[in-house]
This record gives sequence, C-alpha cells and structure tokens, in this order.
Amino acid sequence: MPIQRRRFLALAGGAATAGVAGCTGMFDGEDEAADGGEDGGGDDGGGNGGDSAASVEGEELVLTTTTSTYDTGLLDEVNLAFEERFGTPVQAIAQGTGAALETARNGDADVIMVHARGSEDEFMEEGHGVNRRDLMFNDFVILGSPDDPAGIEGGEDAVEAFETVAEAEEMFVSRGDDSGTHVAELEIWDEADAEPGGEWYVEAGAGMGDTLNQTSQQGAYTLSDRGTYISQRGEIELEILVEGPVEGGPEILANPYGILAANPAVHGDRNYDLGMAYIGFLTGQEGQEVVENYTLDGEQLFFPEAISEDPNFEQYVPEGWSANGDADDDETA
Amino acid sequence: MTGGALLAVDALPAFVDLPFESHYITSIVRVSLYVSLVAVAISTLFSLPVAMVVGFSEFPGKSLVTAIINTGMGFPSVVVGLVVLFMLSSSGPFGPLGLVFTPEAMIISQFVLATPVITGVSLAAVTSVERNVRDAAFAMGGTRLDVALVVIKEARFGIATAVLAGFGRAISEVGSVLIVGGNIAYADGTSYTRNLTTAIQLEARQGRFETAMFLGAILVALVLLVNAAVGRLGGSGRTR
Repeated sequence: MPIQRRRFLALAGGAATAGVAGCTGMFDGEDEAADGGEDGGGDDGGGNGGDSAASVEGEELVLTTTTSTYDTGLLDEVNLAFEERFGTPVQAIAQGTGAALETARNGDADVIMVHARGSEDEFMEEGHGVNRRDLMFNDFVILGSPDDPAGIEGGEDAVEAFETVAEAEEMFVSRGDDSGTHVAELEIWDEADAEPGGEWYVEAGAGMGDTLNQTSQQGAYTLSDRGTYISQRGEIELEILVEGPVEGGPEILANPYGILAANPAVHGDRNYDLGMAYIGFLTGQEGQEVVENYTLDGEQLFFPEAISEDPNFEQYVPEGWSANGDADDDETA
Repeated sequence: MTGGALLAVDALPAFVDLPFESHYITSIVRVSLYVSLVAVAISTLFSLPVAMVVGFSEFPGKSLVTAIINTGMGFPSVVVGLVVLFMLSSSGPFGPLGLVFTPEAMIISQFVLATPVITGVSLAAVTSVERNVRDAAFAMGGTRLDVALVVIKEARFGIATAVLAGFGRAISEVGSVLIVGGNIAYADGTSYTRNLTTAIQLEARQGRFETAMFLGAILVALVLLVNAAVGRLGGSGRTR
C-alpha cells in the first residue's frame, strides 16, 4: 500500500512539475516513480498530507554543473531556495561542462546545468538528455594584466584581440579542460587568423578559478566568464581588456547557460521527476528571481532568460533540429 | 581525540575572524575523519591476516604477491579514483548499489590506497618477529590463533607504524576522493563528500588561499594528533 501511495504522489509531483517546466513528456515520470521505493523508501511513513511537493522529501538530487555557477556562489543561493521549497538538499558536483555531461552520460546525475550549446545538443542527440531549457546568461570577457603588453585594451572585437595576442606571442592561458569557457575560446580561435599553439599558448587543464590564478601569476591573457572574474577579482591582478555583450561588447562573447534532465528512458534509475522539479523551479518565477537578485560586490552576475511571453521553442531541441528530419523519433509520447 | 579537534575548531573563530563559518569547517573535518578512519579500520582488519598468511607460509608465487603489495604502496591515487569511479558508476558493474558520489565511495577508494601500505609494512613487521618466539608459542601448546596473537603482540610497534602510514596515505590523498566523491557540500555549508583535501583544492581554485592554508593546518594537526595517539598505544609496548 505505501508503495502505491508513493507512486501516486511521485506521479502527481512529476506531472505537476512537468507542467511547470512546460514540457510534453509528463508520462516519463512513471519509470522513476516505480523505482522510487528503492532509494528513499524508509522516510514516507506519514505526514505527507496531500501536498505533492512533500513526497520528494528524503530523496536525493544530483546536479552536475560548471565551476562558474559554483565558484560565483550562485548555486548555493538557488539550491537553498530550492531546498526551502521542496525539502530536498541538492548534491552539486562542480566540474567543467564536458565532465558534467560525461558524468551524466554514465548515469550519475539527475540534472545538468552547463554552458556550451554544442555539447548540450550532442548530449541530447545521443539520447542522454531531455527537456533542455535556456536558463540564464552572462558573458565572457578577455582579461589581462593591467600593463597589457599586447595592447588589446578597449578593443571591440574579440577575434581581433586574440589575433593581436597571438601575433605578439604574449602568453595566453587556456582552460584546456573541455569546459564551456574552453569551447567558447576555441570558437573564437576558429574565427581568428591565428593558430593557438607555440610556447605562448598554455593549457591550464583546470577550472576557471585556477586558471585565473595562473594567468594572474604569469601576467598573461585569458578568457573568463564575467561572474567568476567578479567573484575573484579581489584576489588577482587582472583587468577586463575586452568587454562582453553585457557591457556592449561583441556577441561572440555571449555566455548562455542551459539546464536539462537525464533522459529517464536511458537512465531509468535517475530521479527524473525531482530533476524536472529542479528545472521547473529554476526556470520559474522564484528561481529566476534568485538569479536576477544575486549580486556580488554590488554587481549582477547572471541574467535570467527562462521566462518569456514569446518563448523561443528552439531551446527544447538541438539547434537546427526539425521534426521532418527525424520522423522516426518516438521520444514524445 | 576527535571531539577535542572539533572543539578546538569551534572555539577558533572566537579569537580569529575567519572568512567562513565554523559549521562548514567542522562538517568537513567530520567527513575527513569518518572516511579515513573507517577506511583504515577496514583496511587493517583485511591487511593483518593477509600479512600473517603471506609472512608465515611458503607457497609458489609468494615473491610475486610481495612485489604486488609493494608496488601497490606507490599506486597513484587518481588512477585508483578512476577505476573505483568506473566500478561504482551507474554504468559500471556495481552501479546498482548507488554508491558513486557518496562518502562510502570515498571509503572504498581510500581502502584500496591504504591496504597495500598497511599490508606491506605489517608484513615486514611480522616477518621480523624471531622464529624462536613463534616456535616457543607453538611448543607451549598454542593453537594457530594463539601463535598469531603472540606474533601480533610482538610486532605491535611495527603494526602501529603500518596503520599510521595507511592513515597518512588515506587522509592526505586528494586525487581519488575528488573523483569518486564529487567534493559535494550542501548549500547550507554542510559537507557531504567534501573532506579536508578536496576542500583545500576548492579553496585554492577560488583564490582563497588563507582559508586553504587554515584547512591545511587542521589537516596537519589531525595527522599529528592521530600519530601521537597511536604512538602512545604502540610505542609503549616496545619492552619485552
């Protein structure tokens, strides 16, 4: 009997949150509900009442995300708000975007928050992820030591700035870790008439924070997301030399964050309905407000973009995906 | 010992203005001690019988086993982390246990790291117990178990050293626990799988070197404390 009730509650919760997140696959919650008894069975003896939110209490939510959301402190803020609402603490694992998606590919994450659209699309096309939403954005900035040996300060063109650094062979520190920032950096090099390589181009193979420290110590240049830079600029000697789009810089430096759930059809033992609750919360009014109001040193770090009267439907599917091209797709029930 | 360390940490902010909450630190220390002490305890229970068997019996391939144990002492922790992650991950053979990114996963990887150290050093200790001591115990009508206990008693200083070396290896390694534990702390600052070493790594990444140094000092202090405690137990037994 308790199993039945639990199953019902989980279904109700899944359906409700699926509705919030604006997705169509609400019946996907069923797999998870059936599995639910395994991982948190002992806790739902009573007192749940009719509130579907309470049924997730005692369960676990594993989020893999990027170092930028964690190191800026934003994640703790939204996770506290989520816990307050749903009673479930979030286990957040801060990795690079590549590693965060890889962990989810292995079936070890319920929900993924990253910032490399190309990698997210690949992840979805492989069938590992569903229900992607645009979450928020900020931008990348090009940083360097205040004396700026290559002379790129105040430039309006990120590609040109990279070319100048390469020409001057001034040291450039790359993340080199398949993170969202690394992917964005490589996209800029792709546009540039210069090859990143040679002794001036160093791969840190580390998170943004480590890379900023290293860049600062070396008096080098690097590409950083604005949030991590603001949160650490007190500890390092680096200045913004080329601004991103938030401050009127080039669009190529835009840094959009997406959030998506592990596909329950592939990763049946993941907590799909709770993952969708998390996505629903973050892309709903309350979560977006937390993002909007999060400031550090009086500066807003992330700009919410999930709520729109005129939604961009392309956020749910891989870029360029068309229903006609994939007619045999049976994902949507 | 544990209580004392935690108390000291709690008391610290009273006279030093720390840039973090003591709750954060105490929960990290708790996770560190829980994971490493449990790992070393299990490892010791496993290692001692193995050391006794390998030490006191002759069998083909004995030198190979000894070589494997000695090689294991220097096994790179990141490799252990990767292998344990592969085993415990949902897509791995032990995935259904749901252990990945839990303190228990950290215990497993530290067990793998500490066991060769404890086995290897204990092996050296028990084989150095003189043959006539064993023979005497046997001659006095002791069973195999009695003989084993006599040997352990004789070799206790070396075994204590082995356990300490294993503990040192477990609590100070960062590579594997970061991979299999995920360095998770909840949003309210309570650690789940964040121990001292992974916290130091995180603080250093964020450029907060003072906090990292402070955590480093706690780590060193803990190792010293445990050494002193075990040293007292094992060291006083040197007399025959």
